[in-house]
Amino acid sequence: MGGLVSATPVPYSLRVYTRGIPSGYAAGVSVPLTLLGLLEREPRHGYDLKRDYDAYFGRGRPLPFGQVYATLGRLARDGKVVISEVGPGEGPDRKRYVITELGATEVETWLTEPVEPEPHLQTVLFAKVVLALMLGRPAEEYLDTQRTAHLQRMRELTEIKRTGGLVNALLADHGLFHLEADLRWIEVTGARLDALAKAVRA
Amino acid sequence: MSGTGNGNVVEARDIVLSFGETPALRGASMSAAAGEILAIMGPSGSGKSTLLHCLAGILVPSSGEVWFDGGRVDTMNETQRSSLRRDRFGFVFQFGQLVPELTAEENVALPLLLGGTRRAAALSKARAWFERLGLDGLEQRRSGELSGGQAQRVALARGLVAGPEILFADEPTGSLDSLTGEQVMDLLVDAAREQGTTVILVTHEPRVAAYADREIIVRDGQISAYVPDRVAS
Repeated sequence: MGGLVSATPVPYSLRVYTRGIPSGYAAGVSVPLTLLGLLEREPRHGYDLKRDYDAYFGRGRPLPFGQVYATLGRLARDGKVVISEVGPGEGPDRKRYVITELGATEVETWLTEPVEPEPHLQTVLFAKVVLALMLGRPAEEYLDTQRTAHLQRMRELTEIKRTGGLVNALLADHGLFHLEADLRWIEVTGARLDALAKAVRA
Repeated sequence: MSGTGNGNVVEARDIVLSFGETPALRGASMSAAAGEILAIMGPSGSGKSTLLHCLAGILVPSSGEVWFDGGRVDTMNETQRSSLRRDRFGFVFQFGQLVPELTAEENVALPLLLGGTRRAAALSKARAWFERLGLDGLEQRRSGELSGGQAQRVALARGLVAGPEILFADEPTGSLDSLTGEQVMDLLVDAAREQGTTVILVTHEPRVAAYADREIIVRDGQISAYVPDRVAS
């Protein structure tokens, strides 16, 4: 797997993953749990951990060093990691962190529990459509505009997928499938606008 | 190649076509620039395939105009339109539609053979596409001996082998699973870009449309989200 991901800085264009359309898709990656998971792979210095995190999970948003060490400090305080030795790593820091049994259990629990499915019942888009109909505004035009924006984002993700390697392709796919689901909703809503207008104006 | 007089290689102007009492196109206007990949989207029965068939000279609208390379297509007779389709257009359809009696390489060579290329030269040119599309070793198979993805790649090679100015693709991945469909789209886009071929792509799948430079939406026989003329970069 290591060959698939470069440790070089992630291109800015990858930030398309984390821009929200609508918000909620790029639910924050848990930094403490992710660092714990990386530590379960092997004990690491903070500098190496940050480098691994940025390569695999940063997606154009590198983790600040301050956050790395603050998080490791809290994990150590809570007994989920310990400092095994003080010696030189690749970076300037000298502490090497090792995951504890408690930390490993937490990673195991996190990995095995399903993520709560998001119902997305109160999306911005839904609110816009209902309000537009209530106010007699052109809801269909808003949906057309949204469709164009969605397809534009899908084009960006498709290009990244075509040029960015397998790991980026998987991440792009996640975004593409969600955007596609939105587009289906847009189509169905567009077909039901007349009935919906009657319902919200009643 | 000159365009339709305004930078577009193909254009429909207010075209109307009905099948019996059922209107399929009700004043559709659109255009595509040379080298552009344009997706035509829309729900089932919206008229998107009919629009593609009118642009390709397969169907003739009852009113309105279809232009290609500075000339009217809708006023051509059947022989002229047939020549146009054979010599300057390529086609890929949902189910490949390979000729079952022919080998894969003969299928790919077919547009060249119909255009008068000698058999040896046509087959030689066809074979070059097998390596390019990852079909090495399948040259002598017949369509019944190919998987869906392989057959569709053979159909894609057939659509592009003669270096068409426009490739018309009607739901080219519609019969394939997601991953195989992506492979076909990757190959289609790469080959079209390399040859400078304009692609008119009909699809109801947003993930397929995302391979295009832009999209138009057909709804009830009209273009509902018409983006004005744009020259492809």
